Amino acid sequence: MTTAIAWFSEVGIADRPTVGGKGGSLGELTSLGESAGAEVPPGFVVTTHAFELFLAALEERAPVRARVEALDPSDLAAANTLSAELRARVIEEAMPREVEQAILDAHARLCGDAAIPVAVRSSATTEDAEDASFAGLQDTFLWVLDAASTVARVRECWGSLYSAESMTYRLKHGLPEEGVAMAVVVQQMVDARCAGVMFTRSPTTGDKSVITIEGAWGLGSAVVSGEVTPDRWVLGKITGEISVRDISDKHARQIPAEGGGIVEVDLPAEMRQAPCLTDEDLQKLRDIGRKIERHYGRPQDIEWAVGQDGRIFLLQSRPETVWSARDAAPVAKPEADPLKHVMSIFGGRR
Amino acid sequence: MAEKQKGFPLPSSLKVVPGTEAAQAAYPYYMQFHDGDDDRFWFYNSMHFPEPMHHFDMVTAEAAYCALGSFNTRVHVLPTTKGIDHRIINGRVFIGGVPVTDPAEIEARMAEFQQRAFYYYEHWEDLYAQWKDKMKALIAEAQALPKPELPELEPIETTHTGKGVASNHALIDTYRKQLEGYFRMWHHHFEFLLLGYGAYLTFFDFCKRAFPEISDQAISRMVAGMEAEIFRPDEELKRLARRAVELGVDDRFHEGMVIEDVLASLDQLGGKGREWLDELEQSRNPWFNVNVGDGFYHYHRSWNDDLSMPFAALPGYIEKIRAGTNIERPTEKLVEEREQLVADYRELLDTEEDKATYDQLITLAHRVFPYVEGHKFYCEHWYTNLFFNKIREFGALLAEHGFWEKEEDVFHLTHYELESAIVDLMLSWSSGSPPIGPGHWPAIVAERKAAITAWAEHTVPPALGMVPDVIDDPAIVMLWGITRESLDAWLSDGESNENELKGFAACTGVVEGTARVIKSVKEIDRIEEGDILVCQVTNPTWSPLFQKISAAVSDIGGLLRHQASAARRYGRPAGVGAGAPTPKGRGTAREARGGGV
Repeated sequence: MTTAIAWFSEVGIADRPTVGGKGGSLGELTSLGESAGAEVPPGFVVTTHAFELFLAALEERAPVRARVEALDPSDLAAANTLSAELRARVIEEAMPREVEQAILDAHARLCGDAAIPVAVRSSATTEDAEDASFAGLQDTFLWVLDAASTVARVRECWGSLYSAESMTYRLKHGLPEEGVAMAVVVQQMVDARCAGVMFTRSPTTGDKSVITIEGAWGLGSAVVSGEVTPDRWVLGKITGEISVRDISDKHARQIPAEGGGIVEVDLPAEMRQAPCLTDEDLQKLRDIGRKIERHYGRPQDIEWAVGQDGRIFLLQSRPETVWSARDAAPVAKPEADPLKHVMSIFGGRR
Repeated sequence: MAEKQKGFPLPSSLKVVPGTEAAQAAYPYYMQFHDGDDDRFWFYNSMHFPEPMHHFDMVTAEAAYCALGSFNTRVHVLPTTKGIDHRIINGRVFIGGVPVTDPAEIEARMAEFQQRAFYYYEHWEDLYAQWKDKMKALIAEAQALPKPELPELEPIETTHTGKGVASNHALIDTYRKQLEGYFRMWHHHFEFLLLGYGAYLTFFDFCKRAFPEISDQAISRMVAGMEAEIFRPDEELKRLARRAVELGVDDRFHEGMVIEDVLASLDQLGGKGREWLDELEQSRNPWFNVNVGDGFYHYHRSWNDDLSMPFAALPGYIEKIRAGTNIERPTEKLVEEREQLVADYRELLDTEEDKATYDQLITLAHRVFPYVEGHKFYCEHWYTNLFFNKIREFGALLAEHGFWEKEEDVFHLTHYELESAIVDLMLSWSSGSPPIGPGHWPAIVAERKAAITAWAEHTVPPALGMVPDVIDDPAIVMLWGITRESLDAWLSDGESNENELKGFAACTGVVEGTARVIKSVKEIDRIEEGDILVCQVTNPTWSPLFQKISAAVSDIGGLLRHQASAARRYGRPAGVGAGAPTPKGRGTAREARGGGV
């Protein structure tokens, strides 16, 4: 990818080095979405190439990478000072014309005159960067209203590379500054009636025959951040039977704020204890979950949203990591004489 | 937390309901609780015997336990368990398993089991074909038994043929043959049953370990057969409904119809009407030989004896056919769905080894399941109907001779007492003197009638004695679905919300409706469209009702049990093993949840 901008429809997982994990996954989901029965809100990625052009422009004026490399990771005060300086430069200094114009053009194409709000999210290029441990790289800005703000939020995402935590993490782990880059995802926002996550296996037992769905009213940020205890369902992945319906008391929801961003508001009494998904929604989500899992060949952790008009959107899909690491031990070995198996029932306590 | 170990009341602490002492004492001595029983664990078999037992009906318990235990203890030689002991108090049957705990004995029994049980598995199809022939022959024998009658004088043929045996001898001969046939039927019943359940449970257990959150329903759907005889009566009803519409006589069937009038009007109509009556006759023999219970009570009459159950379902089916709804079982589609399920779960397994094991287990489960699903039609239904109807004939004959008022009164005698009454009548016919019975039995019958009524008002604990640490008796787990977990749930019953029933999901879903507590089959006609059925236990012949109700909850029941499978076939939420809901329920609660309750 040697362009500053890449549309979701043009990229896939293999493009992770230039569009980051989030961007690659959204690209993959976009191609998959239609056949899976769900759409991914359209969007584009500001690629690492765009970041590199910007960084080159910064370096021309004053060194950046060399300054980080020279930092003593144990000197927190120095890290904080350097972070403030570098982040200010990323926010304020002129962007190469071609990069800024590419973002503005793409935004115009994405949102038109309708002023459709967007989400701006960092999309890290390395596997471990998706880990929460790589602090400061998980920036997400919701309900960004116009092109200028979008550019500003892209800068903030880039700037997070120079947070004190992020820089010292790289130094302590010997990650070379040369390879440091960041992609940023810009995506149409869904005014979600409800949203949440879906695991295509059980988070508690690792069972691959069930799908767990959690959701709450409003934007998914309330669920992801843990602000609201979501409703929870467990469905048979293959049969669709719903074995758990845990409807929680959802005290609030997050909705778009007037001037951009989001705000948390109390829920009217009648909505608090009402399930945020219908059985029909649950079955649609199950179907989508199965197709995505099949596509990737392993269990997934999926973020979804339901629009005000009832359409289902996919916001993210990541491989499930906790239980996947534990798979392997067989439940029961095959027997030369299959009848021996019945001894597990008739032979007494195992 | 040091909590006092919980237990159930001891058998010796149970009191016979005052005024019923004589009725209690009349059960055979070997069914009475005695010294030493306090040291064991017992549970109330409300699954098979949910209502107080008439004295005659106890023959079902002893015949069944004679056979079940024989096959477990001495024919197949189950390694860890022997048979089942039973006791009765206040008309309620309590049962206790006999576990084998000595490791050396288990070892020795293991070797025996493998050579015996494995022979059955290896020759399953042939032995099962042979089994059906045996059962059909046994049924034919019972059908050939003469109606008990006593002529004023011996027919002249006895003289001309030099028969040398008079008619009164036929009474004891027929009675003993019928009783013998009933005991034999129960042996046939248990010839395959535990092995079949065991093979199924092996697959079940594998699925539970591979997929810890898989529902029991999903597993049984992977195994379920499509052609089992026990589903056929309901299919015949659908056929009759369809024929009624095709012949244009469907307007005769409606809720609240008087069956005799409907039959008469069809006969009067001639042509199409008679054609439908011919179809009915075809269905009745043999498919209406199903009773509306489990076959364990004489008053669980067959569809043939009481057409009200099958006819109650006809208007509903006719309505659906008129509306163009397809009510036939799409067998091919069901088989396809089953194969798809099996393949889809297989795909989720992580290793090739597991896939190979899974293939071995599902193959065995599919081989044994036709017996598990099919045997009841021959045993608990067809043969049992013949048996109780034969006893009824004796009841009528003895009533005619003044032993009691109605033929049904015969069921207040134990089978030993009945034999004595028959001999009394034989002697009387022989000597020409009046029988002694008419002065003896009416008071006893009245006393026992009153006892049954008193016992029905009186509840008993779900279990007695100390709770064992584990229940790994495969027979008890398989047949009654009782595990240590379910006992703990029963024990903690007092601490839970008394307006809430907890149990195990047999078929999942959420519905809201009026909870209709049905304590006996006699109350079936109280069920209204959309009700949630709350009962002690249901069985496959209630299937036609499942089109009417929206969900079902029962006291007891393994997941192999009927309600579970009927509910699954009709896609109705069902909970089983709720402990003791029926006495608590008062018929007004709403909302049932299957799954996650």
